[in-house]
Amino acid sequence: MKPEEIQKIAEIEHDMRMAYKYRINVCCSSGCIPFGAQKLLKAFEEAVKELGVQNVCKVARTGCVGTCSVAPVVLIDPGNHLYQNVRPEDAKKIVQEHVVNGRILEEFVYKNEAYFSKQYRLILRNAGKIDPLRIEDYISVGGYSALAKALTQMTPEQVIYEVTVSGLRGRGGAGFPTGQKWNFVAKSTAKPKYVVANLDEGDPGVFANRTLAEADPHAIIEGMTIAAYAVGAEKGYIYIRSEYPLAIQTLRKAIEQAKSYGLIGENILGSTFNFDIDLRLGAGAFVAGEETAILSSIEGLRATPRPRPPYPAVSGLWGKPTLINNVETLANVPLIILNGGAWFSKIGTPKCTGTKCFSLTGKVRNPGLIEVPMGITLKEVVYEIGGGVPEGRKFKAVLVGGPSGGCLPESLLSLPIDYESLTQAGAIMGSGGIVVIDDESCIVDTARFFIDFCMDESCGKCVPCRAGLPKVREILDKIMEGGGAVDDLKVLEELCYLIKDVSLCGLGQTAPNPVLTTINYFKQEYLSHILDKKCPAGKCNIKKMEVVKE
Amino acid sequence: MSTYPKTVTDKRLFLIDKTIAAHGYRRDALLEILHVAHNIYGYLDKKILLHISEMLRVPPSQVYGVATFYNYFKLKKPGSHAITFCLGTACYVKGAEEILSAVEREFNVKRGETSADGKISVFVTRCVGACAMAPNVIIDDEMIGKATKETVLEKIKSLL
Repeated sequence: MKPEEIQKIAEIEHDMRMAYKYRINVCCSSGCIPFGAQKLLKAFEEAVKELGVQNVCKVARTGCVGTCSVAPVVLIDPGNHLYQNVRPEDAKKIVQEHVVNGRILEEFVYKNEAYFSKQYRLILRNAGKIDPLRIEDYISVGGYSALAKALTQMTPEQVIYEVTVSGLRGRGGAGFPTGQKWNFVAKSTAKPKYVVANLDEGDPGVFANRTLAEADPHAIIEGMTIAAYAVGAEKGYIYIRSEYPLAIQTLRKAIEQAKSYGLIGENILGSTFNFDIDLRLGAGAFVAGEETAILSSIEGLRATPRPRPPYPAVSGLWGKPTLINNVETLANVPLIILNGGAWFSKIGTPKCTGTKCFSLTGKVRNPGLIEVPMGITLKEVVYEIGGGVPEGRKFKAVLVGGPSGGCLPESLLSLPIDYESLTQAGAIMGSGGIVVIDDESCIVDTARFFIDFCMDESCGKCVPCRAGLPKVREILDKIMEGGGAVDDLKVLEELCYLIKDVSLCGLGQTAPNPVLTTINYFKQEYLSHILDKKCPAGKCNIKKMEVVKE
Repeated sequence: MSTYPKTVTDKRLFLIDKTIAAHGYRRDALLEILHVAHNIYGYLDKKILLHISEMLRVPPSQVYGVATFYNYFKLKKPGSHAITFCLGTACYVKGAEEILSAVEREFNVKRGETSADGKISVFVTRCVGACAMAPNVIIDDEMIGKATKETVLEKIKSLL
């Protein structure tokens, strides 16, 4: 295929899209399918036929719209009308009223303006709008034109320059400048080189990467291919969790389609550049998302991290230079190439450009998947987008950054979301989980839950993480059972800092964060367990100490 | 190549062999092959692991090491019905633990184990990614969102 042909497909597809007056997008992502999305898709297809409007109304399967709490949802264009909690038996009524009579059915309409108005949908721009299983849909909205631009009009150095100028930083959590990373790999002279797209989203409570893969798989493939061109790699792997069957299926199909169109494979778009992509499945190991552990896992070994240096940019997969990027990072790349790094650098804050996807869950009224510009405050996310905690309950804390993130109190809600501010507060950006807890949850129990998780997922390679975390858990257990002493808090803190300082990889270095932040911000709650033998949330089973009267 | 008697040859093993051949007997395909075997059998026991070890010429210790490292692989044959509890953060915050304990008590089965009559197995997983509908329980292949103690117990009873 030639670059002009992409343009041609885009035009044809665009005309085909325009031929329909209405487009009913039925969300068929992992969030909606358990609640009958596929039956709903069928019901709409039948309803359109039955009412004889198949020539003016297109029914399409799409990825996640983001409002997972009111699943299943349907998005009708033009006008972006979002219908919530739609059942298959409602399909006919909706088509009759909306398409035939041109009347919007108010009783189904999602009425939460704030949920969308505060968001900036850049990476998720196509989510809910295109059919993820059709590469033509992606091409029709400008897909693969960035790849064509990079291959025909830019040198690898220019591509890296644009990414550097954009200020894009790794979305996997650590926030390393992407352009710099690409530069390291490009400068390595050893061959062959590899590109690994990290989709091992192991954090409980996080589903942003999955949603991206299910809604817009070609954005990942295009970004990855541009990255490969920039660093000079010929082989790429997408490493994905096996717990995401739909995302795996969608990506498999997308890779197949891209191959058949000549967008990956040999002599891409008539150039001399070759690049091939394979999927690799994880198998339920949280640590496998760590930059060096992912390499071991792709090599078929236990996913244990390796010491750095040497960095993967020098010695990665099978000892060769390897570029590892999170899929969300890669999905930004086509936009940067098309619009220029300078354009991208204006979004977000000067130090932290672009947007970030978050899975907003826990005790909020509107849980779901959101994308916000960097620098937005936690308060805006929790209260304006999330709608605050449900009635009758009181906000207690917000957990940012997954099991190795931090618990932040109400007083820190005005904190802007960027890498530095979160790290300073003791949390991390992580993979983008925001879980809100209310006064029903015990803060000590929450900290123990995360320690439990990290303990389970510790690979066992280095001692501080393997032996230290069980010790932390032991102390937390003691406090929860009512046997804690005030000195225990000091021991806990010391132990946590030790684990942070001397662990080999990111898991151990961040695992103590929930304990440290809860002791820092919710000391009173620890003290009431220890001194008053009371759990304010009424969650812990504190043993009543028998007072023996003599 | 296999050491066990030809008379009990399990046809499913041929499928595994085919996969191994398709990967060109590459040792670094071990994880991929374990996935295929797990899909075919639903679990990986000693027999299967030894077979893979021989075919790939990887020491049994390494095959066992990899299979036990990853939580996704079940090492024992599960019961006829699988009840999987999501214990991700969102589900935990919304009370998944209470539902799980209730099921353990009611059916006398512990997490990660199978009931004495072999009818139900209770599994725990870390996040199925449907956090907006938390708590989630997966019974066989059906996902129950916004689960309560009552709906889950009732559903399991209806299966038995």
